[in-house]
Amino acid sequence: MTNSIGELEKDADCIFVIGSNTTENHPVIGMKIKQNKLYNGAKLIVADPRRTDLAEIADVYMPHLPGSDVALVNALMNVIISEGLADQTFIEEHTEGYEAMAAIVEKYTPEYVEPITGVPAESIRAAARIYAQSGNAAICYAMGLTQHRTGTDNVKSVCNLAMLTGNIGRPGTGVDPLRGQNNVQGACDMGALPVVYTAYQAVTNEAVRTKFEQAWGVSLPAENGLVLTEVINKAHHGEMKALYVFGENPMMSDPDLQHVEEALEKLDFLVVQDIFLTETAKYADVVLPGACFAEKDGTFSNTERRVQRVRKAVSTPGQARADWEIICEIATRMGYPMSYSGAEEIYEEMRALTPSYAGINYARLEKGGLQWPCPTEEHPGTPFLHKDGNFSRGKGAFTAIDYIPPGEQPDEEYPLILTTGRSLFHYHTGTMTRRASALDAHKPAAELEINPETAAAKGIKDGDMVRISTRRGGLDIKAKVSNIVAPQVVFMTFHFAETAANWLTSSEFLDPVAKIPEYKVSACKVEKI
Amino acid sequence: MITLTINGREIQTPKGSTVLDACQAAGIPIPTLCYDPDLRLAGSCRMCLVEVKGRPLFVASCVAPAENGMVVETESPAIVEARKVTLELLAARHDFNCQVCEKNGDCKFQDYCYQYGIKESRFEDGGRHVYPIDDPNPFLERDYNKCIMCTRCVRACEDITVARAINVKNRGHNAKISTAFDGDLADSPCVFCGQCVMVCPVGALTSKVSAGLGRSYEVDKVLTTCTYCGTGCTLELNVKDDKVVGVTSNRTLEGSPVNKGALCVKGRFGWDFINSPDRLTTPLIKENGEFREASWDEALDLVAKRLGDIKAQHGPDTIAMFSSARVTNEENYLAQKFTRAVLGTNNVDHCARL
Amino acid sequence: MAKEMRIVLRNADQINPEKIEDYLQAGGYKALEKARSMSRQDLIAEVKKSNLRGRGGAGFNAGMKWSFVPEAPVKYVVCNLDEGEPGTYKDRTIVEKDPQRLLEGMAICGHAINSNQGYIYCRGEYPYVVDLLRRAIDQARDNGVLGDFDIEVRMGGGAYVCGEETALIESIEGHRGEPRFKPPFPGVSGLWAKPTVVNNVETFANLPDIVMQGGEWFASIGTPSYPGTKVLTLTGDVVNRIPIEVPTNTTIREVIFEFGGGIRGGKKFKAVQIGGTSGGFIPESLLDTPIDADSMRNIGATLGTGAVLVMDETRDIVDIVTRISKFFEHESCGKCNPCREGTFRAYEIMKKINNGQAAPADLDKLALLSRVMTKACLCGLGQAAPGPILTTMEHFNSEYQARLQI
Repeated sequence: MTNSIGELEKDADCIFVIGSNTTENHPVIGMKIKQNKLYNGAKLIVADPRRTDLAEIADVYMPHLPGSDVALVNALMNVIISEGLADQTFIEEHTEGYEAMAAIVEKYTPEYVEPITGVPAESIRAAARIYAQSGNAAICYAMGLTQHRTGTDNVKSVCNLAMLTGNIGRPGTGVDPLRGQNNVQGACDMGALPVVYTAYQAVTNEAVRTKFEQAWGVSLPAENGLVLTEVINKAHHGEMKALYVFGENPMMSDPDLQHVEEALEKLDFLVVQDIFLTETAKYADVVLPGACFAEKDGTFSNTERRVQRVRKAVSTPGQARADWEIICEIATRMGYPMSYSGAEEIYEEMRALTPSYAGINYARLEKGGLQWPCPTEEHPGTPFLHKDGNFSRGKGAFTAIDYIPPGEQPDEEYPLILTTGRSLFHYHTGTMTRRASALDAHKPAAELEINPETAAAKGIKDGDMVRISTRRGGLDIKAKVSNIVAPQVVFMTFHFAETAANWLTSSEFLDPVAKIPEYKVSACKVEKI
Repeated sequence: MITLTINGREIQTPKGSTVLDACQAAGIPIPTLCYDPDLRLAGSCRMCLVEVKGRPLFVASCVAPAENGMVVETESPAIVEARKVTLELLAARHDFNCQVCEKNGDCKFQDYCYQYGIKESRFEDGGRHVYPIDDPNPFLERDYNKCIMCTRCVRACEDITVARAINVKNRGHNAKISTAFDGDLADSPCVFCGQCVMVCPVGALTSKVSAGLGRSYEVDKVLTTCTYCGTGCTLELNVKDDKVVGVTSNRTLEGSPVNKGALCVKGRFGWDFINSPDRLTTPLIKENGEFREASWDEALDLVAKRLGDIKAQHGPDTIAMFSSARVTNEENYLAQKFTRAVLGTNNVDHCARL
Repeated sequence: MAKEMRIVLRNADQINPEKIEDYLQAGGYKALEKARSMSRQDLIAEVKKSNLRGRGGAGFNAGMKWSFVPEAPVKYVVCNLDEGEPGTYKDRTIVEKDPQRLLEGMAICGHAINSNQGYIYCRGEYPYVVDLLRRAIDQARDNGVLGDFDIEVRMGGGAYVCGEETALIESIEGHRGEPRFKPPFPGVSGLWAKPTVVNNVETFANLPDIVMQGGEWFASIGTPSYPGTKVLTLTGDVVNRIPIEVPTNTTIREVIFEFGGGIRGGKKFKAVQIGGTSGGFIPESLLDTPIDADSMRNIGATLGTGAVLVMDETRDIVDIVTRISKFFEHESCGKCNPCREGTFRAYEIMKKINNGQAAPADLDKLALLSRVMTKACLCGLGQAAPGPILTTMEHFNSEYQARLQI
């Protein structure tokens, strides 16, 4: 997030939520948005293929078709430019690339975009006016925006929108990705990515590499590594020999599970370190029992870049060990001695190499967390980025983006669009929540949301078992007939191993930059069984 | 600043503060049941009443602005008498079964009855409602026989969660907290966040997941960060005998900067996977397609050898590590360090995109 | 011989209430015209000078109330026509006989506080009054007399507590009818948190005459501290069960024995309860008290809404108070503890006494509870509910004693 969660409750005069079912996936943030909308009079715009809880209370709700985000956002900008609502001063002083962007956007009139997005032109106009004319307007998005072959374009589009209206660098403005996992921000910050070390220091940068080589006393590879989806593909081709999976569950979370299964089976050696025998662990050669969050010390970094303490409350069960200890043991046995007295010592090593975390230490975190960048121990942390429109790269760059349709298109055989996501009552691959007694008792199975019109045409009633199939395969699931989805869209969650949605999704179309799969769009058919 | 006299002491308090604020800042205890600083004020429990010189009626200190020159008495005989009558009236509708109540020892009503010596209610003369305790949801118990009608739950549901699942139904003595048409929570807009449990001052709303596992005075509360979504809510793990037995809220800004105690259903009620019998408790090695238990030394040696062999035979870039968006920063740092420094490849990633 | 004096009922039965023309013919809306020619400060000063005090029961100086209203872009004028007090039908009478007078009064207030939106909150049991008012508002709009001031009628759902101004506001907002704590007073933060003047029908209905004839004129009528007239509605064991409008220095005795024609059936007077269900019971010895609010308060009674419930010698005081307790038990909204539980327990004890099952300790308990409720309850309902109990325990104690178990 460029800005902070608390600003959504107080400072934002308008919140534009796109591709985020906030009240289910980030419930506490959802609460703050609702408070601001209902009690402080903030405006709320929602764009989502599903009629979410927030859509119900929105000033403008735009039920755009999955994958039509660029067209929709371009149309919003078209209205803002043509009606003279853009922030010319901000554009001139703080950005570059406006002309090229404006040239592309010119053809995206609301009427042009209406058939692409399924959103009435008037709704687009109304939303554009509200967003541009509110004092401080924030954009919130989640995987609904990013899990497309055009995920990077989608994100750049909303950045364009924010810059076009000068909604950057003040409390209550900004572009706020709501990140889905407790420490996904931290995992990225820590360099658990194939192209960067901590704090996004490129592995291809020689000076950086030298710094890490000196610190770690070893020479380091200079080539970018492979992203997760590429690793699976390589394994499928037999080119990847060993995989160490640590707290991940690709056999649930990755697209096209048949492909993943084949890939895992082709590996020479698979180690899985986890707290449960996950779907992935079943394919492992060795399984190592780790610790859950209640059993270890450390830090998590949340979606607003806030580093907060994790504190050990109880011992690990049986012989299970803290995960950092396990990694140290293996490293040592492989001839690279690693030993630490505890999490804090690891943290101290990390922050010496990580400029944005340099000022954050455990003692300071006792007072409630700090938001990076925090370069020195005197620095108060950074609640919002790009203060006064000063971007870290100098000027904010507009990107001219054309709409590209989703890779997978419906056809006669697969006429509907399947889109996937989460439920309030479960988390990701269900490893933990399916074993949380109350959550699983309340929501023990997945359902397929289907529009009443579509259901009626197929003779499907609420609660009927149906078969949903895509070009990858099919599975049987209970139908939930609901107006929450449009007639051409169906929705299911991916938490349930019994009905794992990723048997249906495709790994064919990846975003060219982020390599993110097109989870949100799969052509499908639904039949009553 | 405003200057007023409380119990004969001259006290200064900032403009805009209430009489209760002034008392609390001055260390003068005032009993409250409906007051909650994070919720819209109700002024309805009448426990915080004080006497203000020159005013014919008692004044509810939680909603009374402090004014210059006010002369306030907080424990005068008339006030104590009024509080006792109020407690006795509540006692006549409250189901005292403290010996088996989850909130025993952590109950404001119990505390005040003790403080004011309410052993029995002069007003108890039958007429007590007996409500069924039968909401089938797996998360929270609703026992309205213990409810003292402070409406904190209603206000938390409306002000914090904005679910607006519950309100008061009926009037007068028949008033009761209820969903629309008094149905089950599951059939209401309730999202089971348990903010109502968080604010309930008595044992009317409690966690079913924690039932019978330990009372507040038996547990240690460890402040930590939630393991689910990326919001980064902080919560307190309640620990008894080296076992997590519940989750409570830390409601201070310092302890809970993101959520100020508010949680969602997963954070508040989704913790018992920690104690699941499915937890992995020993290393496993697969032999002939079956897992067998192994010692740490055997498992670690095997992993080190196989990874070392593959690296030597096929090169470091044929090995990859998937780190995790769920483990700590420290562990992610080590995982990428291990991948780069030990395995010798940049093939490290995690599920940020998935 | 005491005489009626008609201000708010001046046009009653003289004009057709369905025709705005009649009202105009009788001089209607001249006061509004005059008020609008005055500055807001002068208008408020004139009303203050009249010393008009609220006719809904609390008796607060109307001009004073208006002067507390701060500047704000949106303000509201709310008319309390909830009239839920048993035995009270004065507001209905005023509106039925002369609806335009109320509208004019509200518009005058609108000018004084700079509001252009009024609401009339009408008792749910008066649907025909709602219809009449809506027709009257339509006529006034069509006629253009209201100018930019508009009025909407909202209907109550039958809750007694919604006659309390803040509960009334909650109800208009669509919430459960429960009172708010004060401060903030509605004048500062009322309907939808905007400054709001809430006055009773009779208060508004006095305004046209005060504007036309001046504050001094009004202040000279009746008792100086509570000047003007008061509409009283006579019920119970009195010969004439009628509404009357009398100067405020008229005594209770004059009301009952001159206007009321005395006690029915030649029986003797026993008690009178004035001002509604929560009013104190007044014995024979206090009948020479004038009806103005202050004099009534001095004898531990109230003027309230002006309901006059007369009881003859055959009436059973304990039984009547038991029924009154039941009324409050039923009408308590349940928000604050002392009222919700207190009205319930008070009724329980009254039943016990009435059934001859009570011991002296029960009387002590009842007295204690009543004393606490008077000072501890959140709103006027709970504070006033013990009034009948406390006043009858004082003036008719022997009737209680006679009921106790020996």
